[in-house]
Amino acid sequence: MVKKLPRKDVVVVGFGWTGAIMANELTDEGLDVIAIERGPWRDAPTDFPPTYMQDELRYRVRHELFLRPDQLTFTFRNTMSQTALPIRSWGAFMPPNGVGGGGVHWNGEMWRFLPSDFVLKTHLTERYGESFLPSDMTIQDWGVTYDDLEPHYDRFEYLCGTSGTAGNLGGGIQEGGNPFEGPRSRPYPTPAQQQPFSHTLFGKAARELGYKPFPQPSGNLSQAYTNPLGMRLGPCTYCGFCEWFGCSNYSKASPQTTILPYLIRKSNFSLRDNSEVIRINLDRAGRHATGVTFVDSSGDEWEQPADLVILSAYALFNVQLLLHSKIGQPYDPVTNTGVVGRNYTHQTVSTVNGFFDNKKFNFNPFIGSGSIGMCIDEFNGDNFDHGPLGFVGGGYVGQVQTGARPIESTLVPPGTPRWGVDWKKAVKDNYLSTVKPGAGVHGSFYAYRDIYLDLDPTYKDRFGRPLMRITMDLKENEIKQNKFLTDKFAEIIKTMGAEKLAVQYRTGPYDITAYQTTHLNGGAVMGTDPKTSVLNRYLQSWDVPNLFVMGASAFPQNAGYNPTLTVGALAYWSAAAIRTQYLKSPGRLLDV
Amino acid sequence: MEALADTIIPSDPQAPGGKDAGCAVFIDRQLAGPYGRQEGLYQRPPFLSGAKNQGYQSDIGPAETYRAGLAAINSVCRERYGGRAFADLSTDERILFLKVLEAGEVKLQGVDGKSFLEQMVKDVQMGFFADPIYGGNRDMAGWKMIGYPGARYNYLDWVNRHNERFPLPPVGITGNAEWTRW
Repeated sequence: MVKKLPRKDVVVVGFGWTGAIMANELTDEGLDVIAIERGPWRDAPTDFPPTYMQDELRYRVRHELFLRPDQLTFTFRNTMSQTALPIRSWGAFMPPNGVGGGGVHWNGEMWRFLPSDFVLKTHLTERYGESFLPSDMTIQDWGVTYDDLEPHYDRFEYLCGTSGTAGNLGGGIQEGGNPFEGPRSRPYPTPAQQQPFSHTLFGKAARELGYKPFPQPSGNLSQAYTNPLGMRLGPCTYCGFCEWFGCSNYSKASPQTTILPYLIRKSNFSLRDNSEVIRINLDRAGRHATGVTFVDSSGDEWEQPADLVILSAYALFNVQLLLHSKIGQPYDPVTNTGVVGRNYTHQTVSTVNGFFDNKKFNFNPFIGSGSIGMCIDEFNGDNFDHGPLGFVGGGYVGQVQTGARPIESTLVPPGTPRWGVDWKKAVKDNYLSTVKPGAGVHGSFYAYRDIYLDLDPTYKDRFGRPLMRITMDLKENEIKQNKFLTDKFAEIIKTMGAEKLAVQYRTGPYDITAYQTTHLNGGAVMGTDPKTSVLNRYLQSWDVPNLFVMGASAFPQNAGYNPTLTVGALAYWSAAAIRTQYLKSPGRLLDV
Repeated sequence: MEALADTIIPSDPQAPGGKDAGCAVFIDRQLAGPYGRQEGLYQRPPFLSGAKNQGYQSDIGPAETYRAGLAAINSVCRERYGGRAFADLSTDERILFLKVLEAGEVKLQGVDGKSFLEQMVKDVQMGFFADPIYGGNRDMAGWKMIGYPGARYNYLDWVNRHNERFPLPPVGITGNAEWTRW
């Protein structure tokens, strides 16, 4: 039997970055907030100590901090005519789990999107004409602009202590920063991180080729910093164990290091871990959320009534919970109707590894941080003329090598045998003199009519609910975009002095086994038209006004940047609308 | 397994091979643990065969695959080399056998020979470079060979020292090589 808990003002579903931000904002408003998190409690000093965190096998290879697929997974196919099969072991992306969510084991890359990214459809149509876009491309404007979000970008950057060099201060272009970024109201809170040898070499080569390289904005801090909540962060030690790992050095911005110690002391906040929300409950008319139902670690079901529901799980789980709760019309690509599951996207990434003469170059590649890097933005968004190129979109490219953990980073030049005497010698000769930029080419991924999410007809989760089905492929536009960017990137690596290059273009079909970032987006997108969006411009559900849905699931398509800063800024933007407008007249749809 | 490990990573005067670096011990321990049993992975039916880019679709885990694969390798070797098992072959014979296996030209009973070789290569090399607490990378041989300083956590003094060799020897999670018992 379902046991019913006392009513709360707000229930927050999922406790990563956006859950922590919303809980902190709404408790500040005096509301009684409970957060419910599927995974375990995690805190920096007890769960990620630097005495044993540097374990590549445990955390990187065996996925210690991530969700286990037997708890929840998805099915995957490339096209609608295929049978989707379950993702039995993670590959293309790594769903987070536990308190802090992906904010625990991310790299900390803190990019703002371009002003034109938020009005993409309008911008591209005006510049190139509607017929320039592929006919099955379903990109749209966000309903929110860069100027709307700027104060919220700023807030999240200052919460995290972000290290970087401003490129545009109030419209004035700054030397050494990204000249293409939108105007920012003030400089970064801390200066850019220091750059190891190969990163400075990339900057030099890029300048030689006429580009304007700049340090990647970083959530791993260059110096000690006290954030507006009084949380103190320490300087990054460049240990090279960032992505896939947690940081207890308090050098990487995470919910644990920037919000949690402050939030947890509030008497109007509580948190349940190891409890998976399986449904958002609605009233009989289906127009009002009454709370959520969750299952605890003993398998018991509980109902948590609440006046306001904040859905703040990872993007894919947000969409899945909407589908399971029957909120919003599911998307049907055949009739092109419905919205939940529509405009699902990823990130178009690739890389070029450069092999240098080991008598002249020693990169000490193990020295790094998650978001260290020298980048150029000449080929992002619409910073360049796409007219003669026949595609839209772009991305940053950069030497963003985050370390050289030896299981993954013992590379050998193309043509080397994969084992035996020659392999061993090549590993030995190349480890210290190889440039391995990871996702060095970080391109946009636009939306298409037949790339979407729905419920699988065959496979079920541990509760007997259908798994969510991913139908995803790479389209010609993204393949062309990637070829163009990767060639530009290879030219820079070559100019650095590499003797041999391993150029790895992103090609179709989309491969669910190869890691391509965890930047999954869409499926519950924001917008100004209920026919093409699940949420209005404040992330409020069109159908259930006391439900707000956070996260990258709100992105109508993905830009050529890492998503987290925009995800955080959207949460602050939504929180501000709730605080200043919604709470005065709860349940009413906010004016758009 | 030790003979296979030594063929995949041969010993040389500068650095030990897969056997002496403990790679077979590493694999044995991994297979006896969660990895061997596919623990935590989605194991609900139906198990259908799909495209390669849809990922591994079988309820047969690595432990079972190794058991079948190693037995099948020995059985083929005995047929081809007058009753000798893989470990009894000469170095050249071992190399040749693995090359033929890699080319997909040997049929193994119960497992796909080419995929099994790929899996063994990956696991042996992983054992060579994982922290020594897992049984491989003995004496930090893998790390010493490439110049990786191990589980250190502070390079603040080194991030700006460009193109200089980092001077300190590797350390593992439990300390330096001399403190590790085998």
